[in-house]
This record gives sequence, C-alpha cells and structure tokens, in this order.
Amino acid sequence: MELGAILFYVVASATVVSALGVVVTRSVVYSALLLVLSLMLTGLVYLLLLADFLALVQILIYGGTVSVLLLFALMLTRPEQKPVLTHKGWPLAALGAVVVLVLLIYQAVSTDWARTATAVSAAAGARAGAVASRIGPGELGAALFTTWAVPFEIASLVLLVALMGALVIARASEEPR
Amino acid sequence: MVPLEHVLVFSAILFSIGLYGVMARRSAVLILIAIELMLNAVAVNLVAFAAYVDPQQFSGMVFAVFVITIAAAELGLGLAIVLRVYRMRTSVNVDDLDMMRW
Repeated sequence: MELGAILFYVVASATVVSALGVVVTRSVVYSALLLVLSLMLTGLVYLLLLADFLALVQILIYGGTVSVLLLFALMLTRPEQKPVLTHKGWPLAALGAVVVLVLLIYQAVSTDWARTATAVSAAAGARAGAVASRIGPGELGAALFTTWAVPFEIASLVLLVALMGALVIARASEEPR
Repeated sequence: MVPLEHVLVFSAILFSIGLYGVMARRSAVLILIAIELMLNAVAVNLVAFAAYVDPQQFSGMVFAVFVITIAAAELGLGLAIVLRVYRMRTSVNVDDLDMMRW
C-alpha cells in the first residue's frame, strides 16, 4: 500500500473517533474542542484528496473562527445546574443513524461511479490530453471569479446578511427577563 | 490514492454521527455542533467527487467552498439565536423551548 493511502486511513479513523467523541462526551467544552479537532483532521483529508486551498480554508475557518465562536457561546450560555446533555430516547436516535449509515454505504458501494455522465466526459478529456493535477488556489480562484461569479457574489451577500442578522439578534436589549 | 468508495464510506460515517448528534442531544449548542459535522461530511463528499470523477472542472471543490461559507453563516446566526433564547429563558435545552407551541 502506498503512503498516501495509509495516511488517508489513519487520518480518516482519527477523524471518525473524534467525531464520535463530539456526540457522546458529557462535557460541552470537550465536545466543541473535539469538533474543532475533527474538522481540522478533515482538512488533512482534503490535502490527501489534492485540494490544497480547501485544506487551508478549512483549517483557517474552523481552527481559527469557529472554535472561538463556539467557546464564546458556551461560556455565555452556562446553565445553573449540571444539565443532562443526551436525550432519553438516544437508542432510537442511534438506530435511525445506523439505518441511514447502512443505506448510504450500500448506495455508495453499489453505484458504478465511473459510468456517470461527468466521469465519462472527464475521461474523454483526459484521453484528449488534459492532465488532471493538484488544484491550487489559482485555478480555484479563476473558476470562482469566472464560471461561478454570480453564486460567489450571492454567497458574499448571504454572509453580510447573516452577519447583520446575528448582530441584531444577539444585541443586548432592555426587555424584561 | 484510495478508492472513491472508501472516501464515500468515510463521509457517510461522519454524516451519520452528525445525524445521531442532532437527534440525541438536548442542548441547542451541541445540536449546532452536530449540524456542523454533517455539513462537513457533505463537503468531504463534494471534494471527493471533484478529485475522482471530475478533475478538469472541479465543480465539487467550488461547491465545497460554498458549503463552508454557508456553514459559517449558519453557525454565527444559530449561536446568536441561542444567546438570545438563553437571555430569555436561562436555558439552552431544546425541550424547554415551547413558546411557539399552541
């Protein structure tokens, strides 16, 4: 087995373990920190899937911003007594999640991905001489500002609206408690 | 590189873990955290398809950029709502939030 594959399996299992920790731990702070760990390990998976820029973005956004946001929210919403974090019906939830997991895995394994229309045209392009390679920030940025320019602008508008909405909602007001 | 199916199975496991978290947790912040896990699993899927199925166009990677953007916006807005609810109710337990029930 080559090095990249071994690295993928190691990083992927570490990600799954920390994601499991996120949903079963009894401490909200550990849950948030394990989420950050799991998302940053996913950034490493992106690196192994030849998406350099996305790996960087993932580590910047989740390691930098989301962790601070989550920890602030956890500090500001501290309940008086020690809360029970998991619902009484959690076995039912686990059963539902396992059913979804089995369905997803069955579909992923039984579908012949090489015969989808996009894969066929991509293979034709590869035969014609276009070589697939690591996709750097330059290629991704060029695609974002040409082919995907309108969705990109809409996304920036969405971010602006979400920022203003979060400010308006979270602002302190003189309402009675 | 590993076969595409292995990456898809990896992302399916992450998605199911997030789904379990959304259904089993009682704190609104923990539910938001689990939603974040699910969105992340979807982004892994999109990147995998971009790398394996469609390496010339890499539309999946652009989609993953948008997923990360929307996930950040959703988390910021969701946490703002949680903060507001906490100020009204001194609780972030979703079982207590029944003001819209009639």
